[in-house]
Amino acid sequence: MTTLTEEQTNRTWVWRLRDSLQRFFDSDIFYSFRRSPVTVVAFLTTVIFFVAAFGAPILTPYNTNDVATLDLMNAFFPPAWIEGGSSARLLGTQVSLVVGFLSVLFSVVLGVGLGLISGYVGGRTDHIIMRIADVQLSFPAVLVALLLFGFAKAILPRGVQDAVAIYVLVVAIGLSNWVQFARTVRGSTMVEKNKEYVQAARVIGRSPIAIMVHHVLPNVMGPVLVIATISLALAIITEATLSFLGVGVPPTQPSLGTLIRFGNNFLFSGEWWMTIFPGLALVILALAVNLLGDWMRDALNPKLR
Amino acid sequence: MLTYIVRRLLQSVLVLIAVGFIAFSLFSYVGDPINNMVGVEATDAEREWARKTLGLDDPFPVQFARFAAKAVQGDFGQSYRLSIPVATAIGERLPATLELVFVAAVMALLIGVPLGVYTGLHRDGAISRILLTISLIGISLPTFLIGILLIMVFSVWLGWLPSFGRGATVDLWGWESNLVSWEGFKSIILPAVTLCLFQLTLLMRLVRAEMLEVLRTDYIKFARARGLTNRAVNFGHALKNTLVPVITITGLQIGSLIAFAIITETVFQWPGMGLLFLQAIQFVDIPVMAAYLCLVAFIFVVINLIVDILYYAIDPRLRLDGSGHAH
Repeated sequence: MTTLTEEQTNRTWVWRLRDSLQRFFDSDIFYSFRRSPVTVVAFLTTVIFFVAAFGAPILTPYNTNDVATLDLMNAFFPPAWIEGGSSARLLGTQVSLVVGFLSVLFSVVLGVGLGLISGYVGGRTDHIIMRIADVQLSFPAVLVALLLFGFAKAILPRGVQDAVAIYVLVVAIGLSNWVQFARTVRGSTMVEKNKEYVQAARVIGRSPIAIMVHHVLPNVMGPVLVIATISLALAIITEATLSFLGVGVPPTQPSLGTLIRFGNNFLFSGEWWMTIFPGLALVILALAVNLLGDWMRDALNPKLR
Repeated sequence: MLTYIVRRLLQSVLVLIAVGFIAFSLFSYVGDPINNMVGVEATDAEREWARKTLGLDDPFPVQFARFAAKAVQGDFGQSYRLSIPVATAIGERLPATLELVFVAAVMALLIGVPLGVYTGLHRDGAISRILLTISLIGISLPTFLIGILLIMVFSVWLGWLPSFGRGATVDLWGWESNLVSWEGFKSIILPAVTLCLFQLTLLMRLVRAEMLEVLRTDYIKFARARGLTNRAVNFGHALKNTLVPVITITGLQIGSLIAFAIITETVFQWPGMGLLFLQAIQFVDIPVMAAYLCLVAFIFVVINLIVDILYYAIDPRLRLDGSGHAH
């Protein structure tokens, strides 16, 4: 057979998709996923959060920039404190998720890159990178992020501070989290680099960078995915903490942390719902992502199978 | 042993110099201090004179050495925001933070370790399961939210405990203390509980994991075969051997207690170092930021050093290995 008709091409494409779906549903991973109800619930919760957060402009009937529809003070009766605040809360979740994702991405790129170089090159480079990592690891991530934020605030001109606050936050949280990625990747790179396929690649004359990126990297990414999931929960909490402390997202932009900070001012006058609902959203989101990470760590660990 | 300690000491000094360098570069890259000091009408010649007398035209290493020499003596200059010497500002706030951290650490140890032992011994019991579930939620709850919830329940709704500040402190030879009177102690309860909750769950899970590990070993089985009482086996043999990691983690966590005190102090408006530092960040009060950075680095390094040496003193196996591979 030389050529396929269009229908046949379509069919093979559908079959291939069906095959890979079939393989996925038959796999060990999906089996262990299905067998753990907690994980399924956690997964669904995470998905709902994502859909709600990124669909916020469509899903919410209220304009969050309009004072009249965002007056949470009077929203005492049950439907109102859910509806009126939900617009801001969904947008807030969106900001929190975006910051969380970008900062984890930042620490993955930085950590995996440095870990690869450290493990593959070894010697003095390795020594320097790992000492820096050690020193940073002895300082808690929140403190490092706070310091970086203070640093940025001191250096940047006042006018642009609010505009770039989110990126500063991403860099600050990202920089405070790269160490564990670097350590993990360094460890597995040191194991991989002595294997035959790496030596073969070296013999045929591929450059060290090509070997690191094309050969070693795909083989060390497994654990990175697990750590990334757990760091996502951590990053979301760190973002909320910094915003709550007033050094994160500017007050004009809602994130879960700024909403809680705002609500906290009214706690003593009895308006508890302004704090509790964004707080609840934050806790449920963090818990769901954490549970997913826990499950992934067990499911992807061949020793436990 | 001695080489090990000396090596660790050298490393600690290096870390401190690095942190000092970061703190110093805060000063030197942020604006021109002369502009903040002289009037608008100052001539170039006057500016030049001020620069020279203050030593700001010296080469970078000379300036850094001068900064380091002063920092070692605790002199970080004047706070931009408070207009008092930084050392005084921090000195006033230090007791509050230390007391808070101390109470939180004691609470975490006194509650966390027994709970860990209990959940380790009764691994399938209903109470253990409930405790473990609660601890998972405790880890997912951010510190500031715990604080807000506690304020809401115990101050706003029940009205039992004060929600902010240090309340009535007693002056103990210049050290304002919350711990000697009940009125003062009431103020420290909520912040300390907030601060210790995360460490408590961490300790509990750690002790539990270690207990499960140790209970499986041969010498525990042998101890049981010898007919020793459960109490002697569980506490005399098992618990004793879980203590090495517990001590390490507790030591290292004191560092993070100091860092997390920033959050707790903000929630409860506790007049400690953390609150001072946070306000310094918001107002770009660089001398205070630099001083806090150096002080915290110093505390961390000292704690790390003590933990490493303790580790060495407690676990005899490390002494046999030769000093270079103590980790």
